[in-house]
Amino acid sequence: MSAVIEEHHDDHDHGPAKGLARWLFTTNHKDIGTMYLWFSFLMFLIGGTMALIIRAELFQPGLQFVQPEFFNQMTTNHGLIMVFGAIMPAFVGLANWLIPMMVGAPDMALPRMNNLSFWILPFAFGLLISTLFMEGGGPNFGWTFYAPLSTTYAPDTVTFFIFGVHMMGASSIMGSINIIATILNMRAPGMTFMRMPLFVWTWLITAYLLIAVMPVLAGAVTMMLFDIHFGTSFFSAAGGGDPVMFQHIFWFFGHPEVYIMILPAFGIVSAIIPTFARKPLFGYDSMVYATASIAFLSFIVWAHHMFTVGMPLAGQLFFMYSTMLIAVPTGVKVFNWVATMWKGSMTFETPMLFAIAFVILFTMGGFSGLMLAITPADYQYHDTYFVVAHFHYVLVPGALFSIIAAVYYWLPKWCGRMYDETLGKTHFWLSFIGVNVTFFPQHFSGLAGMPRRIPDYALAFADFNMISSVGAFIFGFSQLFFLYVLIKTITSGRPATAQVWDGAKGLEWTIASPAPYHSFTTPPVVTLENNPH
Amino acid sequence: MRAKNSSSASANRTTAASTLGQTLLGALLAVGVSAPSWADRFNMPVGVTDISRQVYDLHMLIFYICCVIGGGVFGVMIWSMLHHRKSHGVEPATWHESTKVELAWTIIPVFILIGMAVPATKVLVQMYDTGGEDMAIEVRGYQWKWEYKYLDDDRNKAFGFMSNLSTPQDEIQEVTAKGEHYLLEVDEPLRIPVNRKVRFLVTSNDVIHAWWVPDFGIKRDAVPGMMNDLWAIVEEPGIYRGQCTELCGKDHGFMPIVVEAMPEDEYDAWYESRKILAKEQEKLASMNFTHEELMEQGAEVYSKYCASCHQENGKGIPPVFPALDGSAIATGPVDDHIGIILNGKPGSAMQAFSSQLRPDEIGAVTHYERHAWGNNTDDIVQPIDVVNLMNKEG
Repeated sequence: MSAVIEEHHDDHDHGPAKGLARWLFTTNHKDIGTMYLWFSFLMFLIGGTMALIIRAELFQPGLQFVQPEFFNQMTTNHGLIMVFGAIMPAFVGLANWLIPMMVGAPDMALPRMNNLSFWILPFAFGLLISTLFMEGGGPNFGWTFYAPLSTTYAPDTVTFFIFGVHMMGASSIMGSINIIATILNMRAPGMTFMRMPLFVWTWLITAYLLIAVMPVLAGAVTMMLFDIHFGTSFFSAAGGGDPVMFQHIFWFFGHPEVYIMILPAFGIVSAIIPTFARKPLFGYDSMVYATASIAFLSFIVWAHHMFTVGMPLAGQLFFMYSTMLIAVPTGVKVFNWVATMWKGSMTFETPMLFAIAFVILFTMGGFSGLMLAITPADYQYHDTYFVVAHFHYVLVPGALFSIIAAVYYWLPKWCGRMYDETLGKTHFWLSFIGVNVTFFPQHFSGLAGMPRRIPDYALAFADFNMISSVGAFIFGFSQLFFLYVLIKTITSGRPATAQVWDGAKGLEWTIASPAPYHSFTTPPVVTLENNPH
Repeated sequence: MRAKNSSSASANRTTAASTLGQTLLGALLAVGVSAPSWADRFNMPVGVTDISRQVYDLHMLIFYICCVIGGGVFGVMIWSMLHHRKSHGVEPATWHESTKVELAWTIIPVFILIGMAVPATKVLVQMYDTGGEDMAIEVRGYQWKWEYKYLDDDRNKAFGFMSNLSTPQDEIQEVTAKGEHYLLEVDEPLRIPVNRKVRFLVTSNDVIHAWWVPDFGIKRDAVPGMMNDLWAIVEEPGIYRGQCTELCGKDHGFMPIVVEAMPEDEYDAWYESRKILAKEQEKLASMNFTHEELMEQGAEVYSKYCASCHQENGKGIPPVFPALDGSAIATGPVDDHIGIILNGKPGSAMQAFSSQLRPDEIGAVTHYERHAWGNNTDDIVQPIDVVNLMNKEG
């Protein structure tokens, strides 16, 4: 009898399988999280290469490196790959690694689906990227793929693009279901909702957003498919359809999508700042409510992307007011972070530097967002580089910096080794300078009248574009440096303690570094000491 | 002064590397030294309409409010980062909520937002007051040019013309030096009078474009199947330049908007003469031309309307834009050739030119395509052939 129990016990302690099979068939949340993170890093480098092709062409007026058709393919694929291939999978990877450890669960609720939702992605993006090498070229209609440019006037490869989007959507929905099921069902005793770390909260809300809007995107691309191949006219004015309807559907998905890419970032920053300020997060409850408010508002602001499309006055006013309202919960979050820092006992390790840069630069992106919400002024900003500057400020030093901060913060827990602080700080300052040199001048070129998505421009915009391109190359190559820092840490970093950061609170810090392959096989007891709220 | 020198030097740049330093220097100096072009280079233009000035004021108001809030938030953050450091031996406080403070920074922003929304609403309501116009012009987007139709009081077309980019390909492809208005110049600008309320009816023939003149403070999408409304009363004569601002395909960056605002009497005189010119151009449809005349006009039309896809050498960019040199259509029956130019090819990028070009232009370009490069059919295509085919098709 005891032998049977012994055997059973051993079974639970087994380590990972060996070789390729470990990664193909794994159902372990840590393995899958690792794969998501490396995949997103690869996509980040591919999308970044496309960005550098764009910036090289825009270094000076005239066409030097690429022709307009290819340029449009680069802007389109850069956007698609960064949004769906880099930022989103990175957050899912972090969710996989962290949520079970944070709520005291042994794994994700649905491990086999977890494996599937990851393994769809390489096929989806392989398909998307392969279109660049097909006859007629890849998608060239912008990541927003407005009809009829993406239907009647699209290259033949648009069908592969549609299939790719369907696969990404299926992957996202599966990932979301898994995250929701894990959070709702697998919390350790005592881990009540209002004691969950904010990263878990923000991901819970994000997952609901994903489930709500991914089917809408799937609907939009399916209607495109029907317009292209089956003779319908959803978006074709000539057949009685409406191209503007495409934009309404797209942005009904697209605006929540924007918050899908930023809410988990809020969770990360809300974990890092208290650690390095050695002070509990200020206003935990209001952070949760603000996140929920932002998620709700995200469904009723979509047409602010379409102020120039020709809506009736009442519609314009509604979307202007609702958009301005987003400033309130977002402001609450920023004020809470600042209040957390206030009277703390701060140190400035690499994760903290990225988190502080996040707060400052994301807030600047928020300000330009507020300006864009003002409809009459938006007419002047719409589809100019001012918009490009705005959304890159919220996505690069916003979403991306939070991901990098998270990697530095939790990497010692994942691999059991510390990164080199000097190298980390060097990476931070290179990125910080690079990102601002790249995107700050774009505010000016936009205000001066430079439209976005053009391969060539008037001479008046030359100076700012040149500065911007220099910044982009600094930023781009400092991410290769990041890769070097990561590899060096994983292969030869000095061993990390279980606690890693002296101010860190939360269940993940109660287990060893590196985290054992199976953690919390018996649920931990949640106390105020190991979980701050 | 130095800022001015450096910026004029950068306009004449020859190589990128040698001017990079100058550019960075120029931009830095321009921040510190007041140069006349300071506002133009860093900020939105004030513009030449009442609306554009109001929009500018609104933009600056919001900008200053953001600066004040940002200064406060970042100021507190930076002060905190400098003073509340572990290295200074600070013991962390333990408080982590305050209902009063949290309510304050939720409610106060609402009032600030209301303060922004009120003036914004006022300007927006004015912008939507499109009625009571003195004249109307239909603005129609095409891949990749604009058509302007002057409408009479009954909203019928008085006359119209296409407005194409006039920057030569050689400037774009770095063969020759770039002119002052590189990419912001057209063969025929839209002409409007000052001090009259002009209503623009904006639409598109193919994909979505957007019509924007920054100095007028107006921008609106040109959507196929939809007619959008805009208006402007321009107060100063001058030439105002803008660009298409909605991605519309390959040459999205190459379809500028140029508007010449003229004193009223000059405009009226131009209007009459342009109307007569349009009438005379219609007569060309019934005239006969020699091979040389057709080749000359055909080459001109070709490079304006056809070369961006089919290329000057007729080789196209297969498979999206097929070659015309040696193609079955350009060497086959004349009527099929004219027909595809008139009606386009559904499901492809080939547009219908029947509403964009006059019969004499279509005749000439068809003739040109049949005799240029390696093509050498023995027919002569006259405008009347085009007219006959159009009549036959109804």
